[in-house]
Amino acid sequence: MTDRTLRGKVAVVGVAETEYYKWGQSPDPEFKLAIEAVLKACADAGVDPRDVDGFSSYSNDRSEASRLSAALGCRELSFASMQWGGGGGGGSGAIANGAAAVATGQAECVIVFRALAQGQFGRFGQGPRMKTVSGPAAHTLPFGLMSAAQMFAMKVNRFMHDHDIHQEALRAISLASYAHAQNNPRAVMHGRPLDEATYDASRWIVEPFHLFDCCQENDGAAAMVLVAAERAKDFPHKPCYVLAAVSGSQHRAGAPVHNTPEYASSGFTTVAPRLYDMARLGPGDVDVLQSYENFTGGVLMSIVEHGFCKPDEVNDFLTVDNLLAPSGKLPLNTSGGNLAECYMHGLGLNIEAVRQIWGASTSQVPGADVALVGSGPMVTPVSSSVFGSEGTL
Amino acid sequence: MTDSYLRPGLPAPTPQPDGLDAPFWEGLGAQRLLLQRCNACEGWQWGPEWCCHRCHSFDLRYEETPAEGVIYSHERVWHPVHPALKEQGPYVIVLVELPHADGVRIVGNLIGDPEQPLIIGTPVVGYYEHHTDDDMRHTLLQWVVA
Repeated sequence: MTDRTLRGKVAVVGVAETEYYKWGQSPDPEFKLAIEAVLKACADAGVDPRDVDGFSSYSNDRSEASRLSAALGCRELSFASMQWGGGGGGGSGAIANGAAAVATGQAECVIVFRALAQGQFGRFGQGPRMKTVSGPAAHTLPFGLMSAAQMFAMKVNRFMHDHDIHQEALRAISLASYAHAQNNPRAVMHGRPLDEATYDASRWIVEPFHLFDCCQENDGAAAMVLVAAERAKDFPHKPCYVLAAVSGSQHRAGAPVHNTPEYASSGFTTVAPRLYDMARLGPGDVDVLQSYENFTGGVLMSIVEHGFCKPDEVNDFLTVDNLLAPSGKLPLNTSGGNLAECYMHGLGLNIEAVRQIWGASTSQVPGADVALVGSGPMVTPVSSSVFGSEGTL
Repeated sequence: MTDSYLRPGLPAPTPQPDGLDAPFWEGLGAQRLLLQRCNACEGWQWGPEWCCHRCHSFDLRYEETPAEGVIYSHERVWHPVHPALKEQGPYVIVLVELPHADGVRIVGNLIGDPEQPLIIGTPVVGYYEHHTDDDMRHTLLQWVVA
């Protein structure tokens, strides 16, 4: 069994993102953004882009691997992978796939990327405009259940009801993200701090989500470079290793029309134990957490399902003080995340985890050795990853 | 048409071209709630599948079950994401658990004051909302507090 792991076999040697824009404000089309992010990540790693031989993405990214490889003049394409599933559930899964390719000798240098221009291709927060609908969506759309916020609010309402969780827990998640964004010049919400009164006064989108519980809609692209761990020290950054990356979901998570048995869940109840098994550590070893915020309620359930607190401890544990770098008990979303940095479908959260291991975050947790990422709660499949410093090997 | 809970103009449901859920929609038109039940193991399932997820039998039927359930979860929507709902104001979506059908769940609106209190576990009964005024005839199963 010892060989059946990704632990310590792959290193992240470069990360980058384009400028991040509010949706519709990118001067460049999506494919050009993808190219720019890949080139910047290669420059960050000191890698010749022609040596990239693999691409891994998720959520049906439109910037297809063969087109990227051709546009960048790569010498050959050895690996091209798309993680099934929508939303940001594949953020860490794409890393798992890319890392598996490197670890098993299928590819030498894999780019994990996500490019998304909602201005060019349509906003995620808008309902569909067709006259008729059939299939699973026919059982929800006619009732006005058609946006991501509306798909997930009922899960969160049930979870909050079952465990008597208060709105302040959601608010703390939002305030922490916005606070960290104020340190991050890349963040779209840099210079736009959020306080309790503004959160409380903000309009409902769908209860229990206020405006500030919801991710942004953005244009941009992000990328990271994976190579074999043996080569980690050949690159300019200090080594950052993939300690684990897994994806999946629990029994019948994909049952149609909101019939998944474990309904009030972010989807990590089987993924998180496998993640910790592979990483050979537990929640108490994690120095900093990046947890995908499509909506704060998904973060709340992700935190519970990754074992950082029990459901009945949420009201006490999820406070702004506990979630802030550098000294909170569990610094959360230290770049500002999807709420306040940019909604790059969560790949920005993985990049931020790597920067924490490098000591290069704008809200650095001193001496961070272990950073965990939970990707895309409430969709299926979801995924998680753990990154570690050399000392964790 | 009768007054509908939501303003007209949302996508109208039509049966899947492959027929999988056609009996469900036909049933609603006749004010009957028909859901999938397995002839081999007698288990209910919803949404529709081609085989029973418990025993893998393809021998499934549509069987009537009472339109009576309890609120499993709920949400009150304030921000419209479709042009038809621009002037709607808040509205309520409920996920209803059907105890007479192995606890499978179905989505609908909760008729009544959109700002009424929403309490998980509240018993609700079905209300058949017929849409007849255009070429997209269909019936939605809505819910009211019992």
